[in-house]
Amino acid sequence: MRYSGFKVIKEALTGHKGWRPAWRDPEPQSHYDIVIIGGGGHGLATAHYLAKIFGQKRIAVLEKGWIGGGNVGRNTTIIRSNYLLDGNEPFYEFSLKLWEGLEQDLNYNAMVSQRGIMNLIHSDAQRDAYIRRGNAMILNGADAEYMDADQIRKEYPFLNFDDARFPIKGGLAQRRGGTVRHDAVAWGYARSADSHGVDILQNCEVTGFRIENGKCLGVETSRGFIGAGRVGCAVAGSSGRLMSKAGMRLPIESHVLQAFVSEGLKPILPGVITFGAGHFYVSQSDKGGLVFGGDIDGYNSYAQRGNLPVVEDVCEGGMALMPMIGRARLLRMWGGIMDMSMDGSPIIDRTHIDGLYFNGGWCYGGFKATPASGYAFAHLLARDIPHPTATAYRFDRFETGHMIDEKGMGNQPNLH
Amino acid sequence: MIINHPLLGPRDSAEFTYLGDASLLNRPDPDTATPKDWHDYAYLRDNPAGLHRELWFHEGGDRSWLVVTRNTVTHEITKVELARDVARGLASDVAGMGTKRSGG
Ligand SMILES: Cc1cc2nc3c(=O)[nH]c(=O)nc-3n(C[C@H](O)[C@H](O)[C@H](O)COP(=O)(O)OP(=O)(O)OC[C@H]3O[C@@H](n4cnc5c(N)ncnc54)[C@H](O)[C@@H]3O)c2cc1C
Repeated sequence: MRYSGFKVIKEALTGHKGWRPAWRDPEPQSHYDIVIIGGGGHGLATAHYLAKIFGQKRIAVLEKGWIGGGNVGRNTTIIRSNYLLDGNEPFYEFSLKLWEGLEQDLNYNAMVSQRGIMNLIHSDAQRDAYIRRGNAMILNGADAEYMDADQIRKEYPFLNFDDARFPIKGGLAQRRGGTVRHDAVAWGYARSADSHGVDILQNCEVTGFRIENGKCLGVETSRGFIGAGRVGCAVAGSSGRLMSKAGMRLPIESHVLQAFVSEGLKPILPGVITFGAGHFYVSQSDKGGLVFGGDIDGYNSYAQRGNLPVVEDVCEGGMALMPMIGRARLLRMWGGIMDMSMDGSPIIDRTHIDGLYFNGGWCYGGFKATPASGYAFAHLLARDIPHPTATAYRFDRFETGHMIDEKGMGNQPNLH
Repeated sequence: MIINHPLLGPRDSAEFTYLGDASLLNRPDPDTATPKDWHDYAYLRDNPAGLHRELWFHEGGDRSWLVVTRNTVTHEITKVELARDVARGLASDVAGMGTKRSGG
């Protein structure tokens, strides 16, 4: 069923009796050509591109709970391609281009909103660093714009420009960045994948791999054994737990990241802004809530809830940047489990086990990567060669010294 | 979270900074370790869901390193030791096995 304005009007006039479930609820088959583990944004996008672009058949997505219940439904929905390093920037710019055509591709309203993102600058050294980053972005075909404080004042007059400690001196803007309705990304990819014949199997937890003579033959699940020609793992924060069942240790730690939403307010914040002197970023959802967040809690966690010191830190950041936020009431907050890698960059690669492929290490920034991650993983699964924008995302980069460390923090995941 | 410091008693976790898995105490022997040993030591983690032994530094306190045993699913802390004592234990274990090792 195609969605359209005409269809919405017709259904409104006929009592909404013609809508059908957006995807099927099939029984697992005994064997698939390709099995994707994880029904988050990345797993579902992978299935969509495998079926639609790479012409693969007999594909299943296995999700232990319900699709969209993981990080894809927990994030603060920011998309952007403002990275510095060569290994990253072409990939994220490819992703932003896919976002720009996503709704037509999926025939689904994902509320992609290119409202712009502004990284604020508070010191001369930071200005140099951001201008360098902006130049790297432009060299890779992305858009970047340096703004001085007076220009920013016109768009965001309420910011704390003249703070004694951290005055706002300028900003790096990416106008094509913005936000996307996160749940709709999961649902849109799921609906499209399903329409191309992909089986989406919910309540189907992978509990082990069947590996013989160095080859992966399929997966043990809570709904029985499922054979597979190739298996792709895309379980984000559960990466360590899942891959340990294949005997693998990863260059990844799982950490909790919290997010916060205020009560609904009249439109006040046109785009996304990030504080450059503390860890705080904020945007306003279409329902009116201020959506904001900050740092990860900083210790290994699988708890999907955080602790109070980070709540305090995030609120202090908000007060320092835009004091008026203190008048808004906090409505709710939650946590998600991040797959924090050793250099802060992701992995899309084969494993040493034949037929077993891995996608993970997205840290707190994998939502914006969803389309390109799905596309690149589908490319790898279908053709067994990495997509041109994802060639740097290898497991062995920690052995060969080709780390992609945007922040230069080294092998300490809680600092990325 | 409250960390029950062996010398100072219960302290707010915000006084500490976190390093990671306590396996970082088992540094490979520089005389014999291969590049792969160093890679595995520096970059690979068990990352368990459940009990995890991990290094915390009491930066806002007595600047001691602790080995904290904590459940990564519930955040419950079940054991806190001075990293110094743990490292000495490791060194004597290894010494007992006849391997050259400088300890802590
Ligand atoms: C609070 C918060 C804010 C964030 N903000 C941003 C942001 O503003 N911008 C941005 O780009 N990124 C952001 N992120 C990061 C982003 O959400 C993640 O990197 C991304 O969603 C991870 O990929 P995914 O969607 O595939 O993960 P998930 O949605 O977590 O999908 C993984 C799925 O695998 C399933 N699974 C796990 N184990 C198994 C198993 N054994 N068998 C079957 N299924 C299994 C899980 O149930 C889950 O549904 C944020 C994350 C959080 C938590």
